[in-house]
This record gives sequence, structure tokens and C-alpha cells, in this order.
Amino acid sequence: MSLKRNILDLRRRKKEAQQGGGEAAIGKQVAMGKKTARERIKAILDDNSFHEYDLFVEHTGKDFDMEKKVLHGDGVIIGTGAMYNQPVCIYAQDFTVAGGSLGLMHARKITKIMDHALKMRVPIIGINDSGGARIQEGVNSLAGYGEIFYRNTEASGVIPQLSVILGPCAGGAVYSPALTDFVFVVENISKMFITGPGVIKTVLGEEISMEELGGALVHSEITGNAHFYALSEDECFEQIKKLISFIPWNNTQKALRFPTQAPTFPVSIEDIVPGDPHYPYDIRDIIKAITDSSDFFEIMELFARNMVIGFGRIAGNTVGFVANQPMYLAGVLDCDSSDKAARFIRYCDAFNIPIVTLEDMPGYLPGVDQEHAGVIRHGAKLLYAYSEATVPKVTVIIRKAYGGGYIAMNSRHLGADFVYAWPTAEIAVMGPEGAANIVFRKEIDEAENPAEMRKQKIQEYKDKFANPFVAASKGYIDEVIEPLETRARLIHSLEISENKVDKRPTKKHGIPPF
Amino acid sequence: MEENKPKYEVFVVNTAQYYTLHTKKYGMRKKWQPADPNEIRSFIPGTILEVFVTPGQEVAAGEKLIKYEAMKMQTILEMPFTGKVKEVLVAEGDKVRKDQLMIVLEELAE
Repeated sequence: MSLKRNILDLRRRKKEAQQGGGEAAIGKQVAMGKKTARERIKAILDDNSFHEYDLFVEHTGKDFDMEKKVLHGDGVIIGTGAMYNQPVCIYAQDFTVAGGSLGLMHARKITKIMDHALKMRVPIIGINDSGGARIQEGVNSLAGYGEIFYRNTEASGVIPQLSVILGPCAGGAVYSPALTDFVFVVENISKMFITGPGVIKTVLGEEISMEELGGALVHSEITGNAHFYALSEDECFEQIKKLISFIPWNNTQKALRFPTQAPTFPVSIEDIVPGDPHYPYDIRDIIKAITDSSDFFEIMELFARNMVIGFGRIAGNTVGFVANQPMYLAGVLDCDSSDKAARFIRYCDAFNIPIVTLEDMPGYLPGVDQEHAGVIRHGAKLLYAYSEATVPKVTVIIRKAYGGGYIAMNSRHLGADFVYAWPTAEIAVMGPEGAANIVFRKEIDEAENPAEMRKQKIQEYKDKFANPFVAASKGYIDEVIEPLETRARLIHSLEISENKVDKRPTKKHGIPPF
Repeated sequence: MEENKPKYEVFVVNTAQYYTLHTKKYGMRKKWQPADPNEIRSFIPGTILEVFVTPGQEVAAGEKLIKYEAMKMQTILEMPFTGKVKEVLVAEGDKVRKDQLMIVLEELAE
């Protein structure tokens, strides 16, 4: 009889705590077009798989009358659950409870589930929806952020860390997502910035909306802070599920294997690339023509579009694609595209995902802004990431591979395991136009008709060097292949690299040009 | 692919012309301008506390031009060379952006 009473008491307490900030606050959350923290967790995880911890945790604030306030769960929900029937850890800030503000116990709950995830070697998903530090708790809030950042760093490269921004995420709070592997944002809902519009207005008198300053599109297109952009929370949750299907649960495992599927892309791989190397095409069409079910899951689709990165499967296994995109800025390398590719390469390397590089780029983006923005150190990240990576590395040179870009795009010289070239490849120190101007400057200057001579010399250079055979004659590429052979060669190369061992000198860590 | 030509922009790399699309961020680039020694610009966003000079005034190198406050610190900008103040574009209490033009100088005649 008494046991029954205890059980009923437990149920009553649970029900009360699970209400979060109560009906009025939940009503406001819904009115903003947002789901509640609990709905979000449920939508991401497998059905009925969520187990919550620390439901009864209470805040410890003693100043400013905080001791009289009850904040259910201290504004954050933590627990474990499953995706694809495999365990994951998750936390979701609850904006209905004191604006999801981060106090000491709130942070303790987050670090508890992070520690758990790291110890159990399972992915962690963090849903951010918080007004920021809980000012009433003072320096304790700052301590909380610091302890989260420390764990983000410790877990980096060991377990996948996903950050989902579903509300404001401002000030110190933005740095946890920035330290994690993938950041998801949703139009009109996600806002990220260090200094908000209010402060900017006071200090500068400049008026800017939250959306224009740090909305989802800004971080997807301009800053590169976000990896996945969605128009709704539901679309965002689908992206999370899809991403998780491509990556391993920790750095000692390989990604889930799926049955091999043939590509279904309707256009033949031979008909995608225009004959004239000055005309563009969409490199993603080539990726689709070689991946299982023609399924390519692009990452950072809107940022530095001259470089395409993302996951696909070849013969059932996850592959990370890094590809120049002639459709944008002719596919040049620049600061942003180097950063984008370098970080992705390091992700793939940390999580045992082979890298396939598709190359078609005319060189580096010229301009004062690029040089002053540090294209040297940004570009060096790409060299570092490729050279450092010990996962299987395969390159296919589709068309242009000129100069420094040829070296940077996973060349043999940076440790590529296999380098293939299509017969359309042009592997040369620079494009024929530029090279002819330098090599034949004297002949061109002294000619009776310099324009005609230049044209002739460009053709001469083109005939001699704008092909894959010079590089092939030196063994810098392994094989010149027909486009239709690409998928089969990749399958073979990845099969043969399955047990690749590439030992490097022991060191604490390298010093990449951050 | 000729039919796609009109929507592409011409993009030059190493004297070769490519047809391609621009990104939004590329379109937002600012053209580089060499620094003009006659322009006094703010190097950090802040508020003007005091302006010490008026247009037409001759000022010796090292004399005070402007006092302004930024990030809770007060900074005094000094005259970089002996010359004349041509224009003063800010007043006390004004909020300035980073790199905003505040004073235009000119060299003394002769």
C-alpha cells in the first residue's frame, strides 16, 4: 500500500518537472514556431528510446531572490537514447525554463552527459536554445561554459559531436558549437553571434536585425560556422539522421555498412563535362554518377561553393568527397574553400573515412583581398590536412590541375594512394594561356603579329602539356582512365586500401597553420 | 553547353577566361585602396569624446586631434605630420564605425 503511494508520488513529481517552464512558456515557444526541448529529442531519436537523467536537479543560485525560484531540470534535458538502434547521448536546452539560461547545475548536467558519451564512445548531440549565461549566477555560469568547451575539445576526434542551434545561441555559448564537428541551423529560428544587435546599436548606432547579423543563412553562406541549413526543424532532424547514417560511432570504428547499390543518375558520366575547359559544369553530377544510388549528402552547401564536400557511399561504404566546383568561381582555391576542405579532411581522417578527391581547378583566386586575408596560411591548411591524413586517399583528375592547386588537391606528392586522370586532364604548371606568355615571351614580343604568335604558342603549349600523359610518364598518376571506368576503379582502390597501414612519427600533435 | 553561356560571369585566372558563377560572398568583396596619409580614420568602433582641431587650422606633428572612447578605453589620436586640417567630419558625441573617415588633412603649401 505504501509502495503504491510512493510510486504515485514519483509519478506526480515527474509529471510536474517534465512540464518545464509551464503552459504559458510552452505556448510562447510554440508561437515562435519552435518545438519544445522534449519534442525535439523525441523527433531525433528512435521511437521510445529516450531515457532522461537528472530530471530533479535544482539550481543553486542564492542571489537576487533566485533561491525562491523553482527551475525544473534547471533548463536543460539530458539523457541517452538510440539512432539506428545504436546508443547516443543527447541534451537539449529548454528555453521555457528561465530562457534556457546556463547556470552552474545546467552546465553540470551537460558536462555529465558529455563525460558519459566520451566514456561510452558514443556520439553526442547538443540542442542549443538558450538566452546565454544566467547572469544571477555570475561567474558560475562562465565556469560552466569553460567546462563544456574543455570536454568538447577532449572529445574532438574521438566521438562525433553534433550541435543543433534551435534558438538563440549568443556570447560564450557559441563556442561549444564552434568546437564540435557539425553545426545545424534552421531559417528564422537559429541566431548565433558573439555581440548581439543591442550592443552593436549602443556602441555603433548601427541597426541590424538578429537574422541579418547571425541568422541561419548568414552562418551557412558567409561565415561558414554552420554546416547544415534547413527551412524547418523537421527538415533539420532529417539531416541529422542522414548524417549519422554516414559516420562511425567513434574513432575506433568504421561507418555502418549498407548494401551496394548502383548509381541511378540519369546522365552518363561521359556527358557531364563540356569539351571546352573554359566552360563549367556541376561537379556534384559526377559525384552522383559514381556513388551508390547516386546519393550525395553535401556538407556546407552554401559556403565557399567553389569547393564541394560531403559524404556518399561507394559499394556500401562511406566515402568523404572533396571536389573543386567549376560552377562557382571556376573552382579556384581560396581562403574559405581551403578551410572548408581542410577541416573536412581532418574529420574523415579522425573517423576512418576514406577520402576521394575530384580535381578540376585553374589555380588560386587572385586578388589583394585574398593575399591580405592570408591565403598563404589558409591554403597551407589544405596541404597539411591531406599530408597528415592516413586514411585511404584516392584522387581523380577530371580536367584542370594547374600549379600549386595540383599539388594541394591530394597529389601523389602529398601521399595519395591512388591517382587517376581522365584523358581530359590537364596536369601542368599553369594554364596554357599563362604559360605561353611566360615561356614564349621573347618570340611573342618579337613577332610581327604578336597576337597571332601568342595564339600559336598557346596551342603549341596546349598540345604538348595540357594532357595527363606528361604526368603519367613520370608516374605521378597511376593510370589514365575512361570516365566510365571511374566507379569501378574507386571500388577497387578502396577495397585494396581496406587494411591500409600508414605509420607516422610519434608526436604529441602537429602544429597545423590554424 | 553553349546554351548556358549567358548566365555565367567571365572570371580570369592566370590570363585564362573561365565562365562560371560568382558566390554571394565574392560579390561582397571590397576593392582594395591604398591608405591615404591625409586621412585620419577610426581603427576601432567607438564614441568621439573631444575634437581638438577645426578646419583650416595648422597643426604640428604630435599634437592632439581627437579623443575617443572604445571598449571602455580612451584613446587620443595625434597629428601624424605637421600640416593643415582640411575637413573635420565628426563631432563630440558621434559614434564611429571601424575605419570611418574622421579628419582630412593636407600638407602645408610650399
